[in-house]
Amino acid sequence: MKKAPLLRSYTLFYLLFLYGPIILLPIFAFNDSRVVAFPLNGFTLQWFNEMLADQNLRNAAKNSLIIALSVASISTVLGIFAARASVRYRFPGKGPILGMVMLPLVLPEMIVAMALLVVLLSIGIPLSLFTVILGQVLICTPFAVAILTSAFQSLDRSLEEAALDLGETPLSTFRLIVLPLVMPGILASFLICFTISFDEFIIANFLGSGQPILSVYIFGQFRFPAKVPSMLALGTLLVLLSIILLGIAEYFRRRGIAKAGGKDSGGFL
Amino acid sequence: MAQTPNSEARAGLKLISPTALYVILLLAVPLATVLVYSVMTGARGSVSLPITAENYAELWSRPVYGYIMFKSLMVALVVTFATVLLAYPVAYFVSFHVKPERKSLWLFLITIPFWTSYIIRVSLWFVILGFGGVLDSALAAIGLEPLNVASYSILSIIIVLAHAYAPFAVLPIFVSLEKVDRSLLEAGQDLGESRWVTFLRVTLPLSMPGVIAAALIVFIPTVGDYVTPELVGDGKEPMIANLIETQLLKLNNFAQGSAFAVASMLMVGIVSVVFVLLNRRFIGGQK
Repeated sequence: MKKAPLLRSYTLFYLLFLYGPIILLPIFAFNDSRVVAFPLNGFTLQWFNEMLADQNLRNAAKNSLIIALSVASISTVLGIFAARASVRYRFPGKGPILGMVMLPLVLPEMIVAMALLVVLLSIGIPLSLFTVILGQVLICTPFAVAILTSAFQSLDRSLEEAALDLGETPLSTFRLIVLPLVMPGILASFLICFTISFDEFIIANFLGSGQPILSVYIFGQFRFPAKVPSMLALGTLLVLLSIILLGIAEYFRRRGIAKAGGKDSGGFL
Repeated sequence: MAQTPNSEARAGLKLISPTALYVILLLAVPLATVLVYSVMTGARGSVSLPITAENYAELWSRPVYGYIMFKSLMVALVVTFATVLLAYPVAYFVSFHVKPERKSLWLFLITIPFWTSYIIRVSLWFVILGFGGVLDSALAAIGLEPLNVASYSILSIIIVLAHAYAPFAVLPIFVSLEKVDRSLLEAGQDLGESRWVTFLRVTLPLSMPGVIAAALIVFIPTVGDYVTPELVGDGKEPMIANLIETQLLKLNNFAQGSAFAVASMLMVGIVSVVFVLLNRRFIGGQK
């Protein structure tokens, strides 16, 4: 490898730009001042205590958890159907159907949210946590399909055929052979959908009808300067949580590829 | 086991049907509804016949709407250009100068900020750039004048968006750079070209598909961004998404909101097609 000091320092600088706001989170979450500015004042746990005591916040976190668990489960199941069908079978309309499933990746999220909102309001379905789940599944499913497609692709077809030859039914083959081998992909998909749903704002805001949902709650609180420090404390915890979940997802994804004897092409996206 | 094409098709369709049904009911039908609503007569909270072009005419006749659409487009183009320009050297570095076994670690590092709460990252910029915020107070601490970036709403919106979508730009460029045949570069240099000229004439054109993909991936969500103008721009510089929200939720005008949505999708579509055509032209006859 050629050394390129200039490019290297540029890349490190770029990483600093990317991480800048996130690095500030813990610094000001522990800073003993209601004003988020330099110079730093001293160490405090006050903001974490204030955050933990906030009943509305707990409520919002509970709702977000319910949403994220449901969205991750539904998206992953829908993802399994679509990914398995796309890898294993040829059928008419495959292109258009998969295109439609992946469409939210290239459609402004606002459009997805408003289209669904218009229909729900027109047919008189009241907005609730349930409608948020319906919308977020659309956003998360393409990610699930992408992850699971690579998991199903690295599956060796002959293993399935061997099981069928040995007298297993297609269903039991799926349960005994296919499922265990793609399990790491399924877990990675679940964790990533969970993370996306937990952070998602636009659909939660438009289809949640003012229900306390974590991202919507944070959005509102940042308008009040007095609330900012405890939001930074919350942000510190959330960033930590995201990194842990993604670390686990990445571990499963790599293990899945290694198990199937594939080659790691790096990254989720 | 040999399957007849027919039974294979049936099995595939059966398997994908839950997912297909979900996206048809909750995505295709709503999008079609928006299309239909956009040409219907709007009233508060409802739409009715007759079919009319009134909503689009309204959009055309009020200069403020045209201004907001144009501004959103310009902001998105500037953000796209800046993001791709900043990301290219990073993707180049990871592809050409990082050891193969370390590449996925670097990519993971670059993508982590993308996976951490968008709403918190945007809100943090608000705290950083705001009046007496982190940036200005840090400058004051070392005896410099405050920049007061937040008072330039559009500038802060551009900075925040360029930050938010940065990882999206690095990855596609990286993927296309990985595909560049390294022996072509050696050939270029063997034939006496300098490293810089080799880059301009070989590497850059070959990586154009990745650059175009990156531009599209950044451009599309940027046009429709709602949070950043609302939070960082303090609502003073509404973009398309804020306009749609006002029509839908505040004025309850489904027909007009739908027309805005369709118009903005058309705009995004046209720009995307231009990007793709540029790409075709750039790579010439090469397949």
